[in-house]
Amino acid sequence: MSILVNENSRVCVQGITGREGLTRTRLMTEYGTSVVAGVTPGKGGQEVLDVPVYDTMFEAMDATKNDGGIDISVLFIPAPLVKSAALEAIEAGVKLLVIVPDRVPIWDVMEIADAAKSHEAAFLGPNTLGAVTVDQAVLGMMGGTAASAKDFFKPGKVGVTSRSGGITSSIAYYLSRAGIGLTTICHVGGDSIIGLPHPEIVKRFEDDPETEVIVLFGEIGTSQEEGVAELMVKKEVTKPIVAYIGGKGAKEGTRFSHAGTIIEGGKGTRDGKIRALKGAGAYIVEDFDDIPKVTSEVLASLESN
Amino acid sequence: MARLFEYQGKEILSRAGFAIPEGKACTTPEEAESVASELGGEVVVKAQAWTTGRKAKGLLKFCKTPEAAKEAASELLGQVVTNFPVEIVLVESKLEIDRELFAAVIIDATAQQPMIVFSSLGGTGVEDIAKSHPEAISRKHIDIKVGLRDFEARELVRVTTLDRKFYNKAAAALVKLYKAARLSEARSIEINPLVITKDGKWVAADCHATVDDYSVFRHPELGIEIARELDHPITMLERIAYNVEKSDYRGTFYFFQMDQDIPENGKNTNGEDVIGFHGAGGGGSMMSMDGVGKHNFALANFCDTSGNPPASKVYRAAKIILAQPNIRGYFASGSGVASQEQFHSARGFVKAFREVGLQVPAVIRLGGNREEIAIEILRTYLADIGVPVEGYGKDDSAVFCADRLRKLVEEGPYNPKGPDPISNPDEPEDPYTFKTLTGSLTIDHAKCSDCESKPCVDSCHPNILEVKDGNVVLNISDEEAAKGRCTECLACEIACWTAANQAIKIDLPIDGLPEYLKEIKDSAPQEVS
Ligand code: SF4
Ligand code: SF4
Repeated sequence: MSILVNENSRVCVQGITGREGLTRTRLMTEYGTSVVAGVTPGKGGQEVLDVPVYDTMFEAMDATKNDGGIDISVLFIPAPLVKSAALEAIEAGVKLLVIVPDRVPIWDVMEIADAAKSHEAAFLGPNTLGAVTVDQAVLGMMGGTAASAKDFFKPGKVGVTSRSGGITSSIAYYLSRAGIGLTTICHVGGDSIIGLPHPEIVKRFEDDPETEVIVLFGEIGTSQEEGVAELMVKKEVTKPIVAYIGGKGAKEGTRFSHAGTIIEGGKGTRDGKIRALKGAGAYIVEDFDDIPKVTSEVLASLESN
Repeated sequence: MARLFEYQGKEILSRAGFAIPEGKACTTPEEAESVASELGGEVVVKAQAWTTGRKAKGLLKFCKTPEAAKEAASELLGQVVTNFPVEIVLVESKLEIDRELFAAVIIDATAQQPMIVFSSLGGTGVEDIAKSHPEAISRKHIDIKVGLRDFEARELVRVTTLDRKFYNKAAAALVKLYKAARLSEARSIEINPLVITKDGKWVAADCHATVDDYSVFRHPELGIEIARELDHPITMLERIAYNVEKSDYRGTFYFFQMDQDIPENGKNTNGEDVIGFHGAGGGGSMMSMDGVGKHNFALANFCDTSGNPPASKVYRAAKIILAQPNIRGYFASGSGVASQEQFHSARGFVKAFREVGLQVPAVIRLGGNREEIAIEILRTYLADIGVPVEGYGKDDSAVFCADRLRKLVEEGPYNPKGPDPISNPDEPEDPYTFKTLTGSLTIDHAKCSDCESKPCVDSCHPNILEVKDGNVVLNISDEEAAKGRCTECLACEIACWTAANQAIKIDLPIDGLPEYLKEIKDSAPQEVS
């Protein structure tokens, strides 16, 4: 088990013939992801890395339906065109989208969110590196190449959810290096509206029998971390959570690249998030380099119970 | 979230049919005077500044005559409000106010929907009204597929304390407000106060709006030069950096200055050494900043190149960072375990550092995919520049790397060799040139004749170079190269420089930077001998 994706998930790549699409499709297939289709309007009929390319999502769905269709679509599409590609995937019946590009206009994201809701679909991102279910499948570009992804991430019992792409793989690597294995690692995306924020991912980890501990990397801005604390208080999430909140050095009101990282009023501050999570029983790590140590202590205490 | 000035927000409203007071934005007292006389009657002169409570701060002035308006404008223009000098005043006819209300559209990120808020009381802070008169306020999420419909707007105002006789006009105003937000893709538009005039008109007396940075590209009508919120007026260097970002869609590049006035000894007033900072990725950059802070360093700038930027972008970022005079060191660090191939960045650093002639020690933490190659590139190609450049990978924490920079800064002074570029330094005799996405590449075929191994061809990972009649040329069309098939990875230039005849020059201009550097040089204190 795992969340979001496993070795049996059937994956499509939208924008498969582009620079990023091509490179990351190679990563995904070499890692073991079952990429069953690619879509680039105008480029249908060819094969890319042994993956058949279609002109539309409906065509891709149709062509694959006898083998199980498409579960997940990963988008490598220029930001201004993301909305159209995402709506197409949703309407074609894909239930999980991974929207890699950043700078997707926020009103476009709201339209995508609305369509996803009415079709009972979900989307990771925008502005996400994706997710990895260790030793099974990669969605997006986490790890960069299959060789490094295999080298960096080891299987085990810890789930990782993070607001920063680079930090997702850093945490996963440092845990693996310390002998702590992982189930799924997930970058929720850096924008202020994202499809699957921390609370949604944490809920999925709660339902995943293999995940025993959740490591969470939070940032200032938005109310995602507060949302996780609420779930803990309501006992909807009972698995232990180890949390680190970045942004100690950030000046209030200064933006550091992530659109989401904005301190608005009293909400979304680092202190507020730490207080909420601590109050709900999460393990707060003050020093980034201590994440493996604290996680292994939590794992050890689970075993001794 | 770029903030708009009041007059820009009102332009958005007006385009959607919302009534705004008659008036005009002015940049000189004389203009204010002539606008006031055109309008006739009493006017208000309003400083365009990002602050609230302008009335109490004296930033709004009511004027009975054009002369008074001129005087008010000359008082307001140039005043510094929250770090920004006032450059524009809005001159408007004074409204005859019957009552004041409030209306806004904001994006509720958690609900992933726009929300409309209405209050039958306005004028003061809506937070205070929410506390003292909660019955005056109503709000509603909007279905983005259908927008705000008039009956929804009527119901929204009905549940407040607004007088019945205003329902229809209020609903019409709200529908227009939502339309304004939708058309301009605003993050928020707030009208406070929304005024009912004595003759029954619904007019936006003031307006605060922010727009979505990611959609300004399709809104030229907003006239936003830089879609970015800064806490100071944009500097020349920031503008140069922004233009680099705008003209290259590959990866992010974000730069702003945090200390524009670094003393000659490179120490700020707290006694901290000021260094150039180059992060990669939002989260990783922040963590790296935390690491730097622990070692008594302050940052001259924040910079983030991420999202798989090409070597050319990292090169330009490095040159911009190094354009800041008097920095004591250069610190580059990302998340530690990046998915992107790190050697692209490494090549960008090599080209920039050699070209500029790095004067200060640098620590470059390039952890992640193919980091061994990246570190090797730094080590090999920067060994002779006279100042230490150390490369580290994923197993070295940001704190450790910052500590290394601390030691290197203290071990100085060094003997920098000065500029020693990898590009062909000579005027090419037999140039072969093609355009790349953001620059150009020139090979001097005259230098190639005695080059047996042609290492440039093998180094080109996209495989677009070939040998034809003894010369290295493109094996694709010029157009394809210019459209991005040449990834500006810099590998061929480095290969030719190290293993052949330094016959290649990849020219990656940075608009405005040469002029900027010249200006800095001219204004620097001259040494007296
Ligand atoms: S390596 Fe340099 S000298 Fe040799 S063929 Fe290529 S460009 Fe010419
Ligand atoms: S010609 Fe090839 S090696 Fe040279 S910069 Fe372009 S892509 Fe890189």
